[in-house]
Amino acid sequence: MLELTPKEIMEKRKMTINPCKTCEPVGAMFCALGAEKCMPHSHGSQGCCSYHRTVLSRHFKEPAIASSSSFTEGASVFGGRSNITTAVKNVFDIYNPDIMAIHTTCLSETIGDDVGSYIFDVEVPEGKTVLYASTPSYEGSHIQGYANMMIGFMKYMTKKTGVPNGKVAIFPGWVNPGDDRELKRIAGLMGAEYIYFPDHDGILDHPMDGKNEYFHSNAGTSGADIAALGDCEKLISMGIYCSLEPSEHMKKEYKVPFSNIPVPVGVKLTDQYILELQKFTKKEVPSALEDERGRLVDLMLDAHQYVYKKKAAIYGDPDIVYAFTSLCLELGMSPKYIITGTPKERWEKEIKALMDQYGVDESEYVVKADTDLFYLHQLIKNETVDLLLGSSYGKQIAKAEDIPMVRMGFPVLDRYGNPIQATVGYAGGIRYVEKIVDTLMDRLDRDVADEDFEVVM
Amino acid sequence: MEAESCNKNILDARKSSIVVTQGCNGPKGGICCDSNSISGSVSQRACVYCGARVVLNPITDAYHIVHGPIGCSSYTWDIRGSLTSGEDIYRNSFSTDLQETDIIFGGIRKLEAAVDELMEKEEKVKLIFIYATCIVGVIGDDVDALCRMKSEQYNIPVIPVKSPGFSGNKSTGYRMACDAIMKVILPFKGKKKRKAINILGDFNLAGEMWIIKNYFKEMGIDVISGLTGDSSYGQMIKAPEASLNIVQCAGSSTYLANRMEEEFGIPFLKVSFFGIEDTTASLIRVAEALNDEEARKKAVAFCSKKEAELNSFLAKYRKHLEGKKAAIYVGGGFKAISLIRQFKAMGIETVVVGTQTGKKEDYEIIESLVEPDTVILDDANPAELETFMREKGADILVGGVKERPLAYKLGIAFCDHNHERKIPLAGFEGVYNFTMEINKSINSPVWEFVS
Repeated sequence: MLELTPKEIMEKRKMTINPCKTCEPVGAMFCALGAEKCMPHSHGSQGCCSYHRTVLSRHFKEPAIASSSSFTEGASVFGGRSNITTAVKNVFDIYNPDIMAIHTTCLSETIGDDVGSYIFDVEVPEGKTVLYASTPSYEGSHIQGYANMMIGFMKYMTKKTGVPNGKVAIFPGWVNPGDDRELKRIAGLMGAEYIYFPDHDGILDHPMDGKNEYFHSNAGTSGADIAALGDCEKLISMGIYCSLEPSEHMKKEYKVPFSNIPVPVGVKLTDQYILELQKFTKKEVPSALEDERGRLVDLMLDAHQYVYKKKAAIYGDPDIVYAFTSLCLELGMSPKYIITGTPKERWEKEIKALMDQYGVDESEYVVKADTDLFYLHQLIKNETVDLLLGSSYGKQIAKAEDIPMVRMGFPVLDRYGNPIQATVGYAGGIRYVEKIVDTLMDRLDRDVADEDFEVVM
Repeated sequence: MEAESCNKNILDARKSSIVVTQGCNGPKGGICCDSNSISGSVSQRACVYCGARVVLNPITDAYHIVHGPIGCSSYTWDIRGSLTSGEDIYRNSFSTDLQETDIIFGGIRKLEAAVDELMEKEEKVKLIFIYATCIVGVIGDDVDALCRMKSEQYNIPVIPVKSPGFSGNKSTGYRMACDAIMKVILPFKGKKKRKAINILGDFNLAGEMWIIKNYFKEMGIDVISGLTGDSSYGQMIKAPEASLNIVQCAGSSTYLANRMEEEFGIPFLKVSFFGIEDTTASLIRVAEALNDEEARKKAVAFCSKKEAELNSFLAKYRKHLEGKKAAIYVGGGFKAISLIRQFKAMGIETVVVGTQTGKKEDYEIIESLVEPDTVILDDANPAELETFMREKGADILVGGVKERPLAYKLGIAFCDHNHERKIPLAGFEGVYNFTMEINKSINSPVWEFVS
């Protein structure tokens, strides 16, 4: 496995080998699936749409519905206007969503399709919305595509009436449906009235009911709620790379002040989320939440000697990797390699600042944005780690180097049950501390000499 | 969504892609297949690049460099489940990861630098494929010229694979892949022929190529090259020595077989190793085509032995499966045909059958195998699949990755007969495995909880 990876690190490579990112459009498609009765539409060749649906389907183990402009030679020469016109008509005729959220691809961007003007001219059925976001695959990563699509929704749908609605807007960033449920549950426990966007709860983890619907009732952020975002009093957004640009849009266009916080994984970051909610509700933190926090801390105390100074390689999308680096630091672990494929250099500084908070010297770790898993593998070949934390694609390295692995982030293609449960909040913290500790202890049991093998640990 | 409302949802434009009872040679020229999907439909179809990539991917010691933005490379990283007995270079993902500046100023320099870097850092690079994705032609990168130049410079084949997604559908991609394979082996034209075969259109999913190769070993027939399952550059270039090509996945590789016949004079036979009937017939036909009476006898003896071994097993499982109804939705027509036969052997009737890239001839054979009221679909979308599976009361769907969640949502059992199959479904071993798979899903207690 991966026998070709040389130990000698190639810092400036011309090729990306074994990427730790994918392209913008899939992020836009994922984002759009979190709006109620919304059909994501891929304006490009039909393969793009197929690939995006496949990777989402493989991660969530759910159908991921989206339509495609199905570009032909003709469209790529003469432009995709007629594809959009036909697609809008067909999508509303056949599938009848409330919203059609179009995103572009590298092809439609390169040939210069002006989707904004196409949809301005197109006939849209009464009460329906057609919107678009520009997501050229040759920029940023899927994370940028997600952020662009959020702004796309707001540009076309959000209004400021001037009458505040007394609600807090919550932008969760790229998380799983299980996380959506947890973040909403916490907001509810805190007594906050909120608009949560986008919301994949009930869409990408729809309960088994023997029905196969394109669009589920009461799932996803409704059009009315997206419209009402502009009247929210405050915005709590999570993750810089998924949510900062959409937050700035909220502030600039609708004068909604925001707090951008990290994705709340572990104790401190969940505290921060609750604190932000509390600033809004001005209510006491309920004892139920305090107890949950207590249980997480208690678990961390019980298990801490098995994880202390264990070296971890954490890789994936910038926001979730930041959050997991924080969790590892709280556990007393040593995040050794911290990697993202998303090309955002400032992320390295943010990770450094986080490491500084725990007094970890720069010489003790490597942080790198805009890189790939080939680089991570080279680092590991020079000095190995005790644990891999990240997407399924790390499993090749895990096998080649015999390193235990805990899956998190996107995509997890080879395990079941992950997206329906929480990663965030104290509950998610408990789940992941258990996963990490179990994985390390299973390895300990496997490797330990017979005379040191213990039933009680 | 109720079946009735779904029925209304079938686009007028798609009506000619669906056949119920009236036959594949209807008044309007029969089933409409092998055309592009309609804008705005939720199609299960992929693109030219996808077709090219899946055919070439199993070549184990090739460097598959995807020239384009990162997506095309990341979605096809280690997706095929095609196993290797040698190198595993193909399980990596190489991309030029084009950025905005490359789009403006052209990406060819980046590609050249990538190839140079690879040649400098890696020893023993034998073969490079460079896939040109959607925007490469649009931004004016001359990949062909670069490949020619680099082939000369490094004295290894650097092969362009022209696969912009918009230039057709997956079938076009298959042809582009086959052209690329021809480019690799053409320089070895004129080799002395011997009594041996190449296996085309098997991708060694879950080790199926190995199973088939073993059968030929049993019969005393040499297999020179497998295209492309578990193949390597060294094996590929020996392919012109063969005196017969056999084609398993007709959809992807008939074109290659035709080209090899033109260039090297190697005749070909279409075969199928799915099911006892098709496997036995195929092995015997290969022996006959080679005029090898010895091998034919061995095949007959070997197949009857295998069949006898399977019979008691099949009889045991038949009672769990008899009377159930199956829906089939697969890529190629030939596979659909084999599956219908296999289901028949289990006592399962096929009530819905569709393919993504089936040809008219395939649909005619399908029609002759199924009951008159069986629904036959070309390039079905989920709505159509759902409507007809419900209408016909299918108990199990055989399909690919995108169909799995659909089946499960409808409370219908499922068997993956595509990239995600983890156990071999070909040959006699495959009959055993396939029956177990069908039984495992159809008779699982989980369905009891579906409302």
